[in-house]
Amino acid sequence: MANGRDRLTIGLVTMPGTTMQYHTGGWRTYKAVISHEKCIGCKRCADSCPDGAPFECAHDGKKKKFCVNYDYCKGCGVCAYECPVDAIEMVVEEK
Amino acid sequence: MAKRSVIEGSHLIAEAAKVCRPAVVSAYPITPQTHIVEDISQMIANGDLPNCEYVRTESEFSAASVIQGAQATGARTFSATSSQGALLMYEVLFSIAGMRLPCVLAMANRAVSSPINIWNDHQDAISARDSGWIQLWAEDNQEAADMIIQAYKIGENPQVMLPVMVNLDGFLITHLYEPVETYDLKMVDSFLPPYNPQYKLDPKAPISMGALAQPEYYTEARYMVHNAQIRSKKVIEEVATDFGKKFGRFKGGLIDTYRMDGAKIALVAMGSIIGTMKDAVDEMRSAGVPVGIVKIRSYRPFPVEALRNALKDTEIVCVLDRNISMGAEGAVFIDLKGALYNASHSPTMLGFIIGLGGRDVTVEDIKNIVNKAKAKLGGKRVSELEWYKLDVDILPEGI
Repeated sequence: MANGRDRLTIGLVTMPGTTMQYHTGGWRTYKAVISHEKCIGCKRCADSCPDGAPFECAHDGKKKKFCVNYDYCKGCGVCAYECPVDAIEMVVEEK
Repeated sequence: MAKRSVIEGSHLIAEAAKVCRPAVVSAYPITPQTHIVEDISQMIANGDLPNCEYVRTESEFSAASVIQGAQATGARTFSATSSQGALLMYEVLFSIAGMRLPCVLAMANRAVSSPINIWNDHQDAISARDSGWIQLWAEDNQEAADMIIQAYKIGENPQVMLPVMVNLDGFLITHLYEPVETYDLKMVDSFLPPYNPQYKLDPKAPISMGALAQPEYYTEARYMVHNAQIRSKKVIEEVATDFGKKFGRFKGGLIDTYRMDGAKIALVAMGSIIGTMKDAVDEMRSAGVPVGIVKIRSYRPFPVEALRNALKDTEIVCVLDRNISMGAEGAVFIDLKGALYNASHSPTMLGFIIGLGGRDVTVEDIKNIVNKAKAKLGGKRVSELEWYKLDVDILPEGI
């Protein structure tokens, strides 16, 4: 969607990447926390996330490690369900 | 070359769609089906409609979705539907209008279930009136087909960019044979330029259509569709005039009038009933009754100004609705009363629910209605809304 006071287009056509401006993390009750001890770097969390929140953030010399961009994690828990090694815990977020 | 011939309404609609060179036609032959998309499939199989993809879908929902998606890529599209099939398209109809895709849809107007009924009335389209589609209503075979060509020109106008539904009475137009003039492709080409929208889906230059709009944008998006509807009034008039100059046939713009000179009683309706009304009005005019007809060609946008002007010298207006907004009144009656309430002249108005589910409407019926209007003018008590010829004897006791 248009940023700031930009004018709307006919049919509200938007250019690619506008969802980056919309931080769905604000919807969250639970947040996904990835244990780097358990993470095997398979990338399934990133592939299954509807918002593309998990990203590669470290490497222990053998395996990639994933972190979560909390601007976009809306706490749905799909990643925790999909993780083959139960490395992801859904933790109640206290604000 | 254009030539005169006697052909079925559906076939002429298919011919009109063909000369508009659609790139994608979708079809799902739900009951009740017409011959429109059937004829187009034959044309494509015979090689008479080159560069057109015919998509057979598994439901009317998909048929609407196919023209939506194809139109979004910049293709001109066409489909036809009716009754229950139209109801199944509804979700997509709203979406097409919101995305400002000028698809053209032929709607063979028929009753909706329950009870099951395949015959003509206007409920299928009337209930889609808030979808954002422009709704044009045809009186006869020729006008219905001419409206298809006009529909593309109206909808694709950059000031409009809205889908257009061409309404033609099921059976009474779709299955009726009438003498008509067919189309010359070169003439249509010079009337209707190729479709080239500002935005189209292209993998090389990606855009998003139909995305989320939060509360701070949604009202403005809806206003833009409404505003395009209002702007289309001028375009509908212009296109009808241009079409008349080019093809020699003009059947009115937003509305058309018939024998309204000095008319104290006006009949207002849409669709093929107008033909019957004209016969009745001719007879009554010969007998000295000051009655005329206002035909609504464009139901959405609703031609408020044109109707106020056409009815400014009338004493009473009878609206004949082939639909019913349950719990209220006929849709055209409601809209017309709304249009005239704040007008400088506001005639007495009577509403009639008539011709539902294929019930025949005759010249005598029209005369009866005019007699009721005369009685009302003479000071007799006449109910504001009448279910015309409701057979109370077969209703359950207590109703």
